[in-house]
Amino acid sequence: MDSQVIVSLITGVFIAASAAYLGTLMLSKKMALVAGPLGHLTLPGIALALLYGFNISLGAFPFVILGIILIWLFEIRTKLPMEALTAIVFSSGVAIAFIFLPVAQAETALIGDISKVSFLDMLFSVLLAGGVFLATKKIYKKMTLINISEDLAKVEGISVKKYNLIYLSCIAIIVALGAQLVGGLLTAALVAIPAAASRNLSKNIASYSILAVIFGVVSAIFGILLFRITKFPAGPLIILTSALIFIISMVFVEK
Amino acid sequence: METILKVKNLNVEINKEKVISNLSFEVKRREILTILGPNGAGKTVLLRALLGLLPYRGEISWKKGTRISYLPQGLNQLRVRHLPISVREFFELKRIEKGETLKFLELVGINEPNAINKKIGDFSGGQFQRMLIAWVLASNPEVLLFDEPMAGIDIGGEKTIYSLLKSFWEKKDLTILLVTHDLNIVYRYSDNVLCLSKKEGHCSGPPLKVLSPNILEKLYKEPIGFYKHRRHK
Repeated sequence: MDSQVIVSLITGVFIAASAAYLGTLMLSKKMALVAGPLGHLTLPGIALALLYGFNISLGAFPFVILGIILIWLFEIRTKLPMEALTAIVFSSGVAIAFIFLPVAQAETALIGDISKVSFLDMLFSVLLAGGVFLATKKIYKKMTLINISEDLAKVEGISVKKYNLIYLSCIAIIVALGAQLVGGLLTAALVAIPAAASRNLSKNIASYSILAVIFGVVSAIFGILLFRITKFPAGPLIILTSALIFIISMVFVEK
Repeated sequence: METILKVKNLNVEINKEKVISNLSFEVKRREILTILGPNGAGKTVLLRALLGLLPYRGEISWKKGTRISYLPQGLNQLRVRHLPISVREFFELKRIEKGETLKFLELVGINEPNAINKKIGDFSGGQFQRMLIAWVLASNPEVLLFDEPMAGIDIGGEKTIYSLLKSFWEKKDLTILLVTHDLNIVYRYSDNVLCLSKKEGHCSGPPLKVLSPNILEKLYKEPIGFYKHRRHK
């Protein structure tokens, strides 16, 4: 095994683990799909990163934030439903990306390319993904109570705004990191599928979180190794592995 | 008995629409007060204002340092019941330790040995409500605020829950504010009634005195207990 594979694996495992863990919260809040449009928003940033040769997540992150702010501003101004505004913003993001993005690099932007991450990219991803993981752990119980009843959480003295802000920041970071691993197109799958498979099998938060992380990590490892053998792109292989896990989990659904 | 809550000239607006206007009442320690009113009369809004969750004009003063526990509407919804969370974890959300959890589960009559590791959604409707009562009581409150806690529970289950609450009330120093539609409960358990109505004005007092058929009809705009099914085509 050469060092590039190890770098790819470490990067992939950290991003997948954090995404899956955060994904369990997002699924409980019925927000798993949010990562989809946000992922598409990263495309112009990825385009820039590929054109000028810097870290993909670094390019993606400002665009996720910009997108969230735009959606938020449009919502205040128009009172249109959030989903319509999201559609406007994210499809514009995709459109802009494809005007500037050289066709040769379109595939990398859409489905990621973990095989080209550098050692520095890896460090950067490990630090950020680790940070998101710890932050998620820290906010988990409070976010769960907020999810059950915001009023109740406030009565218990929880600052709902503060926790939502941390939560949304985690989502933005994970989407930007996910773009590197599976591309702008597939980030939703990174948070949604391991969490969904785990939920099929879980009776409590502990197993729900742990299984999701395991499924995410296994999918990342399998996907990257399969890529080495088959030469199909790693991003889709990671997602397909987790989809397969999901299908198997359905056999054992815990009702 | 000392006054635990005093509300004077309370006005609450939501989206610039007046929901509660000029409401005044008092709650004494160990009182059970039921808040009645048609849909949209502002019952939930009142509870939320009392908890400091909504901006208001007027005066709401709780006795200093009062410990309040709140059971909001809709915890019985499937959305909550389907969450993968065990009873123990559910209590931990409110920082209630395992020992306390076990004690309160037993107090509400949940004695199964492994109940603490059960998924909350695996309880039957009635047991789920019992568990919620334990959850609310475990933080050792002086005041309970209940917003239609039994919505969606079968009638048999409902009776046990209220008698359970009553027995806690008898043993502990508890004041209860309760929103409900169920007049049986009102007559049987509450000391006082507060009825909210935008058109007819508010009324308050002991149930037998306040709730004349006349007032009830005005409150609900039609005789209670009946409604006609439209025939399907």
